[in-house]
Amino acid sequence: MPSHLTHHPSEPPHPGAAGAHSAGMDGLLVLAVVVLALYFIGVVRRLRSGAAWSAFRSASFPFGMGLVLAALAPPLATLGHTDLRMHMVQHLMLGMLGPVGIVLGAPVTLALSQLPAPTARRVVRVLHSRPARLVAHPVTALALNIGGMAGLYLTPLFARMLHDPALHLAVHVHFLAAGCVFSWAIAGTDPGPARPRDSQRIAVLFGAIAAHATLAKAMFAYGFPRGTPFDIEAMQDAAKIMYYGGDLSELLLAIALFASLHAKRGQRVAKSPVRVAAIGRA
Amino acid sequence: MDAEKRSAWMGALIGIGMMAAVDEIVFHQVLGWHHFYDRSTLAVGLLFDGLLHASELIAIVAGFFGLLALRKRGELDLAWAWAGFFLGLGGFQVLDGVVIHKVLRLHQIRYGVPLLPYDLAWNLAGLVLMGVGLALLMRARKQRGGGRAFAPHPSS
Repeated sequence: MPSHLTHHPSEPPHPGAAGAHSAGMDGLLVLAVVVLALYFIGVVRRLRSGAAWSAFRSASFPFGMGLVLAALAPPLATLGHTDLRMHMVQHLMLGMLGPVGIVLGAPVTLALSQLPAPTARRVVRVLHSRPARLVAHPVTALALNIGGMAGLYLTPLFARMLHDPALHLAVHVHFLAAGCVFSWAIAGTDPGPARPRDSQRIAVLFGAIAAHATLAKAMFAYGFPRGTPFDIEAMQDAAKIMYYGGDLSELLLAIALFASLHAKRGQRVAKSPVRVAAIGRA
Repeated sequence: MDAEKRSAWMGALIGIGMMAAVDEIVFHQVLGWHHFYDRSTLAVGLLFDGLLHASELIAIVAGFFGLLALRKRGELDLAWAWAGFFLGLGGFQVLDGVVIHKVLRLHQIRYGVPLLPYDLAWNLAGLVLMGVGLALLMRARKQRGGGRAFAPHPSS
């Protein structure tokens, strides 16, 4: 393993610094690097075989994965433990912006096209299983995503996480996974358990924006997370970062969702007589 | 609905969303004068702000993609879309100023100060924007067919 992955920066001692690093966090980091490498190999193999793969997807996945890697790497991971603002930046990269990039990179589509047929079929069977269908339902995804945030910031969970490496790791894994499932449910193009209806996607995105904005402002107004060594100023700064950063990723999701609806409508319009008439008129 | 009206409605959607965003950013966040719903606790006020926020963000994105869809079909009429945009901006202000502030009394612009100058400024600004929208609408109507973005011909 490269030395920078295991290097523990000598930060000044802090009540929470003990939980910042663990073998689990390093493992997660290595896993993310491996997945990114596999994606590159997949794209190269696919292009060599003559099948197309869009430049947008090829750029989107490394962008998202890069944000996740930066959030998990020691500099930010350690700072995120001692500084609430940095924690929030880390949280946005890991749980909101990163997953949007990952999902728009369509990794499952790529994997299914490169895996041997029997393995690909097994993956599809898992994707279509009942538990997967339940987790990937837009409403469940919303609850896991925003509910997870509320559970972390409004309860003593956050204070406990600062001293418990295992819990710390679990929270990070949850943020990343819930972020990906939610982004997929709203704007994903990868095959999944059941394609959510368009109206359902818009409604759930609406709910998510409202819930996220309300949660961030409530944290600002009432001073959360409580029971932590952070002062009210740090809490308010963190809440602001959460509000505006969340907005940015939700705006990206909204654009991705409406762009996909637009493309779908374009395919229908291309065949309709209206289009023929419009072309004739021009 | 014909292409002109659809263009105007998509412009209006963007206008409504943008003015809601201006209202929310300037008065709710920067100045902190009021929330959308001030007749209950602060928490309820924040929740209604969140709902307003989600509405405006989706309205703006949906409006832009609506315009894109019209353009793809060669039906986008920019003159009508601009008219709709200004009507949306001003319409939101007047609707907010009259129905939300005065009829439903969900919130006031500011508390602890004489309200009249604030109410007048907000509603008059809205009326001016609506006036601009109406003028653009009349002009678009006069040039009917001439302002089509993708089927241009010399206007009469």
